[in-house]
Order: sequence, then C-alpha cells, then structure tokens
Amino acid sequence: MANGTVALEEKSFYEESTNKYSGILSWLLTTDHKRIGLLYLVTICAFFIVGVILGILMRLELIAPGPTIMEAQTYNTLFTLHGVIMIFLFIIPGLPAIFGNFFLPLQIGAKDVAFPRLNLLSWYIYVIGAILVLISLFLPGGPIDTGWTFYIPYSVRSTTNVSLAIFAAFVLGFSSILTGLNFITTVHRMRAPGMGWFRMPLFIWSIYSTAWIQIIATPVIGITILLVIMERAFGVGIFDPALGGDPILYQHLFWIYSHPAVYIMVLPAMGVVSEIIPTFARRTIFGYKAIAFSSLAIAFVGYLVWAHHMFTSGISDTARWIFSLLTFIVALPSGVKVFNWVATMYKGSIDPKPPFLWVMSFIVLFSIGGLTGLVLGSLATDIHLHDTYFVVAHFHYVMFGGTGTIFFGALFYWFPKMFGKMYSIKWANISVALFFIAFNMLYFPKFIMGYMGMPRRYFDYLPEFTNLQVISTVGSWLMGITMIIIFANLIYSVKKGKKSPENPWGGVTLEWHTASPPPLENFHEIPTVTHEPYDFSQLEEMKHESK
Amino acid sequence: MFLMFSSQSASRTAEAVDSVMIYIVSVSLLLLLGITITMIYFVFKYHRKKGHKPVDIHGNIWLEIIWIGIPTILVLTMFYYGYMGFRTMRDIPENAFQINVTARMWQWQFNYENGKQTDTLFVPVKTPILLKMESVDVNHSLYIPAFRIKEDVIAGRINYLSFTADLTGSYDIACAEYCGLKHSMMYTRVVVMPDEKFTEWYESEKTEPDTNITAVSQESQSLLFEKGCTTCHSLDGSKKIAPSFKGLMGNERIVLRNGSEMHIRVDEEYLRRSIMEPNAETVKGYTAGLMPIQKYNLNDNELNKIISAINSLN
Repeated sequence: MANGTVALEEKSFYEESTNKYSGILSWLLTTDHKRIGLLYLVTICAFFIVGVILGILMRLELIAPGPTIMEAQTYNTLFTLHGVIMIFLFIIPGLPAIFGNFFLPLQIGAKDVAFPRLNLLSWYIYVIGAILVLISLFLPGGPIDTGWTFYIPYSVRSTTNVSLAIFAAFVLGFSSILTGLNFITTVHRMRAPGMGWFRMPLFIWSIYSTAWIQIIATPVIGITILLVIMERAFGVGIFDPALGGDPILYQHLFWIYSHPAVYIMVLPAMGVVSEIIPTFARRTIFGYKAIAFSSLAIAFVGYLVWAHHMFTSGISDTARWIFSLLTFIVALPSGVKVFNWVATMYKGSIDPKPPFLWVMSFIVLFSIGGLTGLVLGSLATDIHLHDTYFVVAHFHYVMFGGTGTIFFGALFYWFPKMFGKMYSIKWANISVALFFIAFNMLYFPKFIMGYMGMPRRYFDYLPEFTNLQVISTVGSWLMGITMIIIFANLIYSVKKGKKSPENPWGGVTLEWHTASPPPLENFHEIPTVTHEPYDFSQLEEMKHESK
Repeated sequence: MFLMFSSQSASRTAEAVDSVMIYIVSVSLLLLLGITITMIYFVFKYHRKKGHKPVDIHGNIWLEIIWIGIPTILVLTMFYYGYMGFRTMRDIPENAFQINVTARMWQWQFNYENGKQTDTLFVPVKTPILLKMESVDVNHSLYIPAFRIKEDVIAGRINYLSFTADLTGSYDIACAEYCGLKHSMMYTRVVVMPDEKFTEWYESEKTEPDTNITAVSQESQSLLFEKGCTTCHSLDGSKKIAPSFKGLMGNERIVLRNGSEMHIRVDEEYLRRSIMEPNAETVKGYTAGLMPIQKYNLNDNELNKIISAINSLN
C-alpha cells in the first residue's frame, strides 16, 4: 500500500472481518474465501510437514538392509500413513482448497464464492476428517497398515484401525465434493461483467474441470469405503473371497475414483503453470483454447483408464489392451499443454523470477513423470514394472515433481498478493535449485531399482539394491533441508518481510487489479472485463489506474 | 539406459519387454531433451535483460495439429509394441508343463501334477511352463524379475502365468503385492534345470533335486510348514516374532486379554482359541495383531492335525 494507491482508503481482509468477533474467533467463524484459503494453507501445510517427516523416516529405515531404526510393522504403518496423509490431506485438497479458494473469486472479479458458509463448513469437514485420522493412530489396535489403497482381503483381515482411518477418508471426500460444488456454481454464476468463458484465466478452467471430477468421482470412493466398513463390521461378503465376494470388484471401485483423483491432484497445478508463464514472459498464452479444452479432455478421458492399475490382477486380456490404448490417449492432452507452455516462452520477455523457476523445474520433472507413464501404460513393460519402485518413482515425479513443485510455485507467485510482503528472492532461488537436485537424487534411483526388480512396500531388500537405496536416502535429507529453507523463508517474510509492491511481477489477471492484500470484498467496485486474460497492454493502463 | 542396470534376462519374455522398454525410453528421452533444451534456449534468448519487445502470438492451428498428430502416432506405436510383447507372455502352447501355485502369508508352495510339493520352483529349461495360481488368504503377486513377468495371486480365483526359461540357473521370485507383515521376506527361487536332471528329480522320491542351489527344510511336509505357521513360530525353541512351538503344550504363561494380564496354562482349548482368534489373547512380550486370523485358512481336520503336531513337539 504505497503512497497514493487506491488501497489507502480501504482496509485489507486481515483488518476487516465478516463477523463481529476479533482474534482467533474471527478466523474460525469467517466466511471470507481468502481467510478460509489461509485456514486451509495452515492446516494443509501442517499435514504436509508430517508427511515429509514420515517419508524421511521411511528412507532412513531403508538406508541398509534388515531392520535399521524400526520393525516391519512400524514400517508398514509408516508407508500407509505417508500415503494417506500426502494424498487425502495434502495433495487432493492442496491447490483447489488453498489457491482455488483464495484466487477463484479474485480472478473472476467476484466478492466471494457462491456459498460462503458452505465453504467454511467444507474446511470444518476437512478438519474433522484429519482429526479422525489422528485418532485412529492412538486407539488400541494401532495405526492402519494396509497401504493407502486399502486392498481387500488384507484390509478385512488386518486387526489395525482400518475402519476409522478409511472413514476419515470418507469424511474428507465430503469436503472435496462440497468445495467442487461451490466452485462450479461460482464459475457459472459469479463472473464479472464482460468475462465470457474464453476470457477466464486458465487457472479457472483447470479448477472448473477439477471441480467436476471432485463431484462426480468422489461419491464412488465414499460408497466403496462404506462397503469395506460393513464388510469388516458385519462380514457382508461383497469383496471378501472367503465369504464369496470378489476382491477384484473392490479394485475396480477403488480405482474408478482414485485414477480420476490423480487428475484432481494435477489439473490445478497445470492451471497455475498457465498463469505463471504468461506473467513472467509478459506475453499472451500460446494456444489458450487448446489448453482450456485439454483440461476438459483430461477430466473426461481420465474416467476411462482406471484399470491400468490392474494389468496384473487377472482381468481379461481384452480388458488389458483396451485400457492400455485408452491410457495412451489420455497422455495426449497433457502433451498438448507442455508444448503450448514452451511455445508461450517464444518471443516473450522472460524474467526468470522464483515462480518461473519453479515452473521450469515442473516442466522437466512432470515430463519425466508423464513419459515414464508411457512405459507403464504399455502392457509388456507394465507387467514387469507394476508394483515395483518404478511405479513409486513415476508417481512421485508426477505428484510431487508435478503438483508439489507447483504448490511451491503458486505459493511463491501469489505470496505477495496473499500477505502483502515479499520473501527473499535469493533464498527462493537457492531453494528451487536445491529442490531440483534433491528431488532427482531421491527419486531417480527408484526408476533403476524398479527395473532391476525391487518391489514396492518392502521393509527389507536384497543386498544388490543397497547403493541405490543409500543415494535415495541421502536425497531425502537434502529434500528435508530444502523444505526447512522454503518454510523458514516464507514464515520469516510473513512476519518481518519487506512490504511488497502492489503488483511485483506485472500480472494482468484480475487479482492484480486490486490491493495486496485485497480488501474484504476484493474489489472497490466489481470490475468490468474488457480484455482477454493475458493481454499485457493493460499494464500501462493499470499503472495509471493506481496513480 | 535402464538395461545397463537391469537384472539378467533369462527368457524370451524378458527380451520382448526389454526391447519395448528401449523403444519407449528412446522416444521419451528425445521428447524430454527437445522440451528441456527448447525451454532453456528460449529463456536465454528472450531474457528480459535483452530488451526484446514481447510479441503476442495467440497460437497456431498447424502447430497444434502437428503436436497432437505426431505424438498420437508415437503413442499408438508404443501401444502396439507393448501389446505384441504382452502377447508373447500370454500365448501358451498346449503342451505346457503345468504347476499349481498356492500363496499364503508369507510363503510360496508349488504343487506338481504327480503330487510333488516344494517351496522352491523347479522347472526344466526351454520348456513352456504354465503356473496356475491361487491364494488362500490375501492378495499376493508372483514376480520373477529375470523373466520380467508377474501376475497377482488372489483368493477365490485362478490366475495364470506362463514362461519359457532359456538359461539354466536360479532366479529370484518375489511377492509384488503388499500382503502384510513379512511381505518383503516372501522370496523364493525358481531353479531352471537341464531337462534330464529335472526328469530324474521329478520321477524320484526326493523332494529336493541334486543341485547345490537350495535346501528345502525337513519339515516341508508338515502342515505347520504348509500353512505358513513356521514363518513366525520356530520349532526348536528359538525366538522369532512369535512364541516357539517347542515345549508349548502344558506351559504356563501370561497373556493379555482386553488389556489385562492373565495367567493361563496352554492346553488344547487355548491352542484352538489362539489359532482361530489369534488377537483375542496375546502372550505378554509379543505384538498383538500380527497373526492373520486362520478361520478361513484351516478346516476342522487341519486344525486338529496342527494341534497334535504342536503337542508332539514337547
């Protein structure tokens, strides 16, 4: 809020609340989408850090063959919890709940989401689900040890707290559904005057596509979880072969949700990439419609490929080749996005600030993740690599290298907008470089181990894998250090950072047309949209606007 | 590039998988390098410091067609090679030598048609083998990295796996589908033998062939071994993750039931209870919840045999 800007006469959303309370209550009872986004940011980051610590402990255990710091049962619960926390508590809600909440209304020129109270309820449901996960750790029976896939019959036989832990996933599903519902309505009903569908920023397109998957796919996992709980409690016999059930049916139902869920995780990240590249190349996006429609194509075709997780389960050979073919088809729209992003750098004016560096790192890591997905989509190679470290490496490149990288990219891009402060650019650059090195050290050896025949979810391993396991473990330490640098930089900057300029990167989408941090109802008056989203000729006008 | 690191290839399926891998990885590497180099080149060439005025290019329909069209052709060839490689795994000659596989937590058992039963898989070289596989408890997956093949082993259905080994030798068999506590220890070997050696063993009374590759333990015939009990319970008094069977019957011990300690004397009734509902009472000093419930694994007859086998170890 430098001299003479419009914001001078307005209070930011930190200073003005939607309710009559002050302090912590004004946050816990808020219906402001920006405050709710920040509530999510704090809770989701807390669980992310827990997941990282669990991952580092697992890697430490694997530094040498045989028991090192824990017993097999502990290891089995660790990889289950690492999966459950990272997937259900971090990466599925991550980008939509934090950045979707904060920026969707801002980017379409709305005062809030369509259902602000429902939005707050969604956060409470998330918190309740998270608390249920935590309770399941400490009740007699012990933490769940089934793997995050909860495959039957093991999940019916296990005496650990399976029912409570999966019930938590059921509850979290409702948070996801309600958030999706809220976003779809908001996009349809609350765009500012002049913002037609093809003037929406691409982040909105990706959040919109994601929201549809959240609404349509999540109920399937909800029903499946209830059936597993009934199976455990009453021995119904739907999935359990000992009671005449079919364990393969469980796998179908599980992946009918969980494969589209992969796109819930990655689509919003792709949307953020489509925001960051034009801003730092200061030119319009290349192939706007191709990128927008590829989001929808991914959301649609993503429903039809679930059985590629089951190529070795004994499904018919015909089903195997059909799902293999469809899996290759779903790779195409992701390729289209990558090509259009790189083309957007052509004849731009590129200023590689930290958010852009995160995107460059994303493009390399996500491409490796996507291309190794082709290896797994192909039948012959998948039969060999299914359930090995190759798969573990592949999905960490896509999920952590893809979505995780952009989680930080989004945080570094929008940090000045969210907090009105600027972080240390130097330390941010260092953390991107360290992240890239640590990431490849941590996960690339897993591709090699997988091809050598190292199965996943192994507490112990054959001696020939020792060297590669050690490299990976050292990578996990470097990754831990990188995380400390990232969070230290950001937390320090929230408290003591320099004031950020209103529009530090020169962005032109609507969130940059208001103060940083924005006022309670986002805009002084609802803007009328007269430009396409990435028209940088506005930058000159915007400077005049604020003088 | 992966092949430098890969384990030895010892069958036709392995060669097929490796060549598909080489094809997909080569194309992928070209794409990855193309994308990365172009991106870095643009970042330097169009760096803001150089003061170019940015040009708004909204897109190019021909470029879109090219970068949808060429990848489509590429992925279709990948699909085709992958499918053809898969076919070599699934074409099973009618004269294939059949072996039935039973998987349980955490042990493999191979049943030959003449009644032979082993925990190591012995097969003749250059002969098509057909494994018919079923689990008695949770999901497992029989994985032979050297042949690049695997298939899940599931209760209530018979899945099959086929291979023809081209080289004699001994190769790892791993369990690839998570199956609980000792999943990572569910290893055995497949021993590929010259034809005449295999036949000699197959027609003999011996459970173990005259190779120095593996020893099959003596108790392999007993039900304790077949049902997987000995994975966790020793027969000689040594401590494994569960109490030893040696001298168990008649022994006094402290158990935890619903969190409270109780003194009991081991009798038949106790054994029956702790086999069928292993987690109702746990011996003090051992972890609860590790033993799978045996209700579905044992019939009455087998339960009686197991109890008398434990009895005989005093």
